[in-house]
Amino acid sequence: MTAVTAPPTTATTKTATTRGRTTTTPRQKVTWGGINFVVVALALIPVLWMVSLSFKTPTAILDPSFVPAQWTWGNYTQILQTSTFVRPLINSIGIGLIATLISVVLASMAAYAVARLRFPGKAVLIGMSLLIAMFPIIALVTPLFAIERSLGLFNTWPGLIIPYVAFGLPLGIYTLSAFFREIPWELEKAAKMDGATPFQAFTKVIAPLAAPGMVTTAILVFLACWNEFLLAISLTSTTAARTAPASLAYLSGSSQFTIPTGPIAAAAVVITIPIIIFVLFFQRRIVAGLTSGAVKG
Amino acid sequence: MTVNAPVAAGTEAVREQAPGHKKQLSEGARAERRLGWLLCAPAVIVMLAVTAYPVIYAIWLSLERYNLELPQDVKFVGLANYGAVLSSPYWWQALWVTVLITVISVAITLVLGMLLAMAMHRTLFGRGTVRTAALIPYGIVTVAAAYGWFYAWTPGQGYLSAAFNEAAPLTAQFQAIGVIILAEIWKTTPFMGLLLLAGLSLVPEDLQKAAMVDGATGWQRFTKITVPLMKPAILVAVLFRTLDSFRIFDNIFILTQGNNGTESVSILGWDNLFNALNLGIGSTIAILIFICVVIIAAVFIKGFGTAAPGTDIDKR
Repeated sequence: MTAVTAPPTTATTKTATTRGRTTTTPRQKVTWGGINFVVVALALIPVLWMVSLSFKTPTAILDPSFVPAQWTWGNYTQILQTSTFVRPLINSIGIGLIATLISVVLASMAAYAVARLRFPGKAVLIGMSLLIAMFPIIALVTPLFAIERSLGLFNTWPGLIIPYVAFGLPLGIYTLSAFFREIPWELEKAAKMDGATPFQAFTKVIAPLAAPGMVTTAILVFLACWNEFLLAISLTSTTAARTAPASLAYLSGSSQFTIPTGPIAAAAVVITIPIIIFVLFFQRRIVAGLTSGAVKG
Repeated sequence: MTVNAPVAAGTEAVREQAPGHKKQLSEGARAERRLGWLLCAPAVIVMLAVTAYPVIYAIWLSLERYNLELPQDVKFVGLANYGAVLSSPYWWQALWVTVLITVISVAITLVLGMLLAMAMHRTLFGRGTVRTAALIPYGIVTVAAAYGWFYAWTPGQGYLSAAFNEAAPLTAQFQAIGVIILAEIWKTTPFMGLLLLAGLSLVPEDLQKAAMVDGATGWQRFTKITVPLMKPAILVAVLFRTLDSFRIFDNIFILTQGNNGTESVSILGWDNLFNALNLGIGSTIAILIFICVVIIAAVFIKGFGTAAPGTDIDKR
């Protein structure tokens, strides 16, 4: 009996080991499958609830059922017709893209230096990035509010872009230096042997190899900018620079006397769509980026 | 002339050797150094301009009586603002609420995150689906999610309120804090899970198998092998989450606006700045929060031996 069953067992163990896992019994499979189902449900129900709210008519809003009793696109057409939401949406996209671009360029330069070059002060740079990554942003709101008002940056795009770049940089430097460490040294040396300067070695050899890491970093930084709320409400006062998350509180109902639940839900869904797209297309990259910076250092 | 030249060259060599007291820097090493500084300079300048200078400015503001409604009345008052804040029950109430939210939400997130990490680690099928689903709470705009929770708990509108017999938890202090913690946990468990998953993948499978052969139960293997080996990853994840949770703002701002005794320290600071327009007191609160964060980080790094991410990871 044992002699007969033994070979298949070892065979399955081997295949499982190559995948880096112990064998799972069918019962365990069902257990983990059940847990997975619960995870997916818990993650999605609150999002589906927002979607449901956004399609409810003002009367259906007052019915707490999960599926709208009456469906309408009205909430979406309403918010996409007012500058109260469209302008902030444009601000969010513009400020997010510019801040991401600047952060990734500056962070790539610094991360290259951290990962590849020997120079004094590296530990200080890493320590400083760490400090800023964990900084209580509220501690900056008061002084930034005062400084930006005196410099005329208050309620402007640069007034948000500059702090977003500063907070995108630590994230970028961490993630990118982890990615840069994975790139083989030899290629850079080979380029230098062939007569390339260190700068050329960076732009011609390392940068193209680093492109996947840079895309990952760009996604993480953009998500952080897209999500930011505290600075966005504190450093803006009109739709000239207010971003989409900050604009939600300023949406009104279809008339002055209706509660703005539907429009707010619709706006929340609109600003969630880019995130769903990022997550669906770049799931692996986002996971790799999040964990590389924090665990590999 | 001919005599001078070698001497000059000699002193130069000595001068270069002295500060480095290792080996003389070659031309290449010096170029590398310069390039290193050059490449880091823009990032450093931006980070310093947005953080270091404002923090120094905030320290200065915290020593002044400065109310935007009374611009004529700006005056240096020393540590009087600190005295006012630290003797105010509002500060201690906000600190207590913040600590309560932080401790409970981080503890629950750690347990659920570990479970999530194990689920993602163990399953062979549907891994991608679980990860994708888990990333949605991580990526979603906190404010958008907070509105979802807000409406879900609004009596007459929300499914959760309806499920709990038309409960209105956002109007009572501890229930409202419970809802805030729930929103925090939903949002941050995936991040915790992913960080722990990365730590989990570093635990060698052979060790687990050896323990299994020796008759260790699943729980024993978890507590004696997995957790000790994952300790660095766990500590870093908990440190990140603790500091992040301590500055909680978005969820409370949407869910309760800090009413019914749910003000966190960040909300309190914001209120003093934008509702009371008091730059002096607002800055004082900001500096006190900063000090709290430094203390938390110091406790983790010194007390628990958390390696600061990015430092001596290779040595471990």
